[in-house]
Amino acid sequence: MDQKSPNMTIDYVGGDVIVATLVDEKILEESQIQALESSFLPLIEENNPIKLVVDFSQVRFLTSSVLGLLIRLSKKIYESEGILRLCGIQPKIYEIFKITRLDKVFDIYPTRQEALEGLV
Amino acid sequence: MAANPESSPTQLELPGTMEAAERLCGELLQEAVRKGFGEEDLFAIHLALEEAFVNAIQHGNQGDPSKKVHIQYSITPSRFEISIADEGPGFQPDSLPDPRKPENLYKCSGRGVLLIRSFMDQVQYNSKGNQVRMVKFKSKPSPEKGSNHSPQNVL
Repeated sequence: MDQKSPNMTIDYVGGDVIVATLVDEKILEESQIQALESSFLPLIEENNPIKLVVDFSQVRFLTSSVLGLLIRLSKKIYESEGILRLCGIQPKIYEIFKITRLDKVFDIYPTRQEALEGLV
Repeated sequence: MAANPESSPTQLELPGTMEAAERLCGELLQEAVRKGFGEEDLFAIHLALEEAFVNAIQHGNQGDPSKKVHIQYSITPSRFEISIADEGPGFQPDSLPDPRKPENLYKCSGRGVLLIRSFMDQVQYNSKGNQVRMVKFKSKPSPEKGSNHSPQNVL
């Protein structure tokens, strides 16, 4: 079953793994961050503990506000012993994760397929 | 936007809103494209501008739209330079907690200044801490990346 929300596409894989593909090329406005958070929070609450893969392959630009969002989401997911994996991060954006050392905080995989290994 | 003589920086006063900042950001990036800046430089400039505008408008001016943001910029074929000042009380950037330290990794904010310093070539704050001056020098084109050069992708 696939569902769509304004800022992401949701795919259910193998029954209990959720892949959220961010569809905006640029994520920088506060309204976008709030819309994403409003989409993610019910998903996390309704699928507890969640197995969530966030696919960044369509994202070409983001700011530190997105990092803040990911940290808020990760805290909720880890509190309930869920799993969060990120994938498809473009090299320039990956540099942002490296500079801030968030590449050590998040489980980051090159591709969606690799992120799904061991989950499905 | 009017042509900017390279010898004299352009000065602007913006309303203290992210909408006004986004419009100017787009115009500045277009000007940088016209001056021949490549994709990687444009990504760095874009990121630094976004982070600096958020700092000025949301933290410096504390979201008060009646407070202004004061801009001075100069974009030449070799360098992009901009000063962004807010009307807030200022802050001491060197006293900010290092977001890379283990105890700060899970904090939800506080990474903007680190990213500005990492992606721009020169970054200076005035003594009050309510103005940042940032410079990006145009990178030399690299042969392996030249064929993929597409600045439109980052605007």
